[in-house]
Amino acid sequence: MTELQAERTGEPLSVARDEARSQRSRYLDVLMALAAFGVLASLPLFFGSKALLDFVIRCSAFGLFATSLNLLVGYTGMISFGHGMFFGLGAYGFGLIMQRTGIPVPAAFVATLVITAIIATVIGAICVRLKEIYFAFVTLAFQMLIHSTILSWASLTGGDQGLRGGIPRPVFLGIDLSNHVHLYVTSCALLVTGLLLMRQIAQSPFGYTLRMIRDNANRASFIGIDVWRAKLTIFVLAALFAATGGIVMALFVSGAYPEFAYWTISGEGIFINMLGGVTTFLGPMVGTVLLLILNDTVTRLTEYYGIVLGIVILFFAIGLRKGLMDFVVEWYVQRRDGAGERG
Amino acid sequence: MLNGFCAPIIAARRNGYLPVDLDALTGCLASPACLVTQTTSGFIIGMLLFLVAVGLTLIFGVLKVVNFSHGAFYMFGAYFAMTAYQLSGSFALAMFCGAAGTALLGLIFERVFMSRVYGADVLMQLLVCYAFVLIFDDVVRMVWGPEFRSMGMPAAFQVMPLFIAGGVVPPYYLLLIGVALVAAVILGLGLARTRLGKVIRAAAHNPGMVSALGINTGLIYGGVFALGGMLAGLAGALAAPVRSLTPGMGFSVLIESFIVTVIGGMGSILGALIGALLIGMIRSFGSLGFPLFTEGLMYLFMVIVLVIRPTGLFGKEVA
Repeated sequence: MTELQAERTGEPLSVARDEARSQRSRYLDVLMALAAFGVLASLPLFFGSKALLDFVIRCSAFGLFATSLNLLVGYTGMISFGHGMFFGLGAYGFGLIMQRTGIPVPAAFVATLVITAIIATVIGAICVRLKEIYFAFVTLAFQMLIHSTILSWASLTGGDQGLRGGIPRPVFLGIDLSNHVHLYVTSCALLVTGLLLMRQIAQSPFGYTLRMIRDNANRASFIGIDVWRAKLTIFVLAALFAATGGIVMALFVSGAYPEFAYWTISGEGIFINMLGGVTTFLGPMVGTVLLLILNDTVTRLTEYYGIVLGIVILFFAIGLRKGLMDFVVEWYVQRRDGAGERG
Repeated sequence: MLNGFCAPIIAARRNGYLPVDLDALTGCLASPACLVTQTTSGFIIGMLLFLVAVGLTLIFGVLKVVNFSHGAFYMFGAYFAMTAYQLSGSFALAMFCGAAGTALLGLIFERVFMSRVYGADVLMQLLVCYAFVLIFDDVVRMVWGPEFRSMGMPAAFQVMPLFIAGGVVPPYYLLLIGVALVAAVILGLGLARTRLGKVIRAAAHNPGMVSALGINTGLIYGGVFALGGMLAGLAGALAAPVRSLTPGMGFSVLIESFIVTVIGGMGSILGALIGALLIGMIRSFGSLGFPLFTEGLMYLFMVIVLVIRPTGLFGKEVA
């Protein structure tokens, strides 16, 4: 009783303070995003290497995908093993719309997101009330359903050959996506905008509701939170960002392949999260860069990619039991606390 | 085998390019010959799935982990059987090697790796299994090569097929169904009636209490994992003469057997049997009526079951 009263009297003050703080951190996020975009966009001025730009574009595609997966895995505690289906949907949706209708790129972008949102709502409505392991495998089953649909609906999707013939990329607003540098800057812009938006979602009251659902769903529902609706909302939102990653990928390879919708994409997404760490917002981004570097090195050295990747996963899962960014944060906190005690 | 007896139906289907071909389905349902053939093929798919799924459900029931790498045991069972058969020429030895080899593999896998992540969250368990899916597929690729392999039908079964009501039933199919049924009965009775079965069920219910009573739960866990691996390996070995072998063959079986356990209810052996047979029939008859959407039908069926009964047909509400 006394606790309740104390909370009630303390409320306006702390809320005001929290709001001021969250306002400030929001400005900081925007500033950091602008700075990151500035650095990334000026890279082509200093380095002419096409390989580097390609690498960053791939990082954008997978980074958007992995960070959106972290909204589910890290923030809400929903381990989706089928998140890759939205990556594939984004790639195929965008590619098909561009090939078949010839509408401007931004319109196709929005249309792809709308389609993804509708499909994600239907799938999410079925999946999100299931408990962890059921949720993981039912999302996986939906992923396989979409993959097998892509394979068998050959007249629309090109079957196992993928969506070939290139994706037309008409110029819009002076941006020509068939130009490599334009494509690069656009991917960076999409990545930074996507990350910023996801950061806002994670730091919003809704984001804290998600953390509460992760920690104790029953308690959240007792205090009047509609858990099912919150989970469904984040499921759909995460799907939209994953689809954006897929669109970047489709633009990059100028096509779409069934592998984009295969379950291994989801597995890699989970692993990226693990590699980078799920406790920090940028962990998945770090994981993406690490995995892509690892991927490029290993495929150059050996054809048995799976064995090497598997051993690295085991090292992280059994040996370290946490991601790289988790270590960095722990180390930083320890050092800061240590310095505080001494000072 | 199927093509010979449903040739007109399949030809009509090919000419039409229709995703839905209900005429073929109703035509088959009206003809006893086709009905027998399709039902047998449904039983084959279902029984193999049952052997894999029952191991999955057993491991989940006792160890509370979902063995995401369970498909790899099916794959290893098939490859072990193929190699043993090629070396010795004995079909019985091939079956034994498939089952015993995967049992040993399961024991080692559980004791060395899985036992380290029991306390950890589901993500860790999935990741360890995911790592082994990748590793095992590549190991098979290294040892047996990336191309399709086949074991070939043993000479003992290269005899005239049986004709039942005009439908064709190869004798090997009967053996396969028989072995799977015997395994189901032994497993069901063993768990329900024997002392060991009681200990296993007790360990599933309350491992702390079982271990306090002086029973080595580590041994029980390892044993159950080995048993699950062995059943999957046996399924792989039984499937080796009738399916082609390829690295990664385990994954689609894993997904299907997971669908089976979801439909039947996690942890229920009867559920696994019913679920596997339902999926087998859906695949067998669905391939006639919905040739392009057979897999989709399974997922659709699973979704319907989940919406009506989230814990599966025979699943109990987990506290």
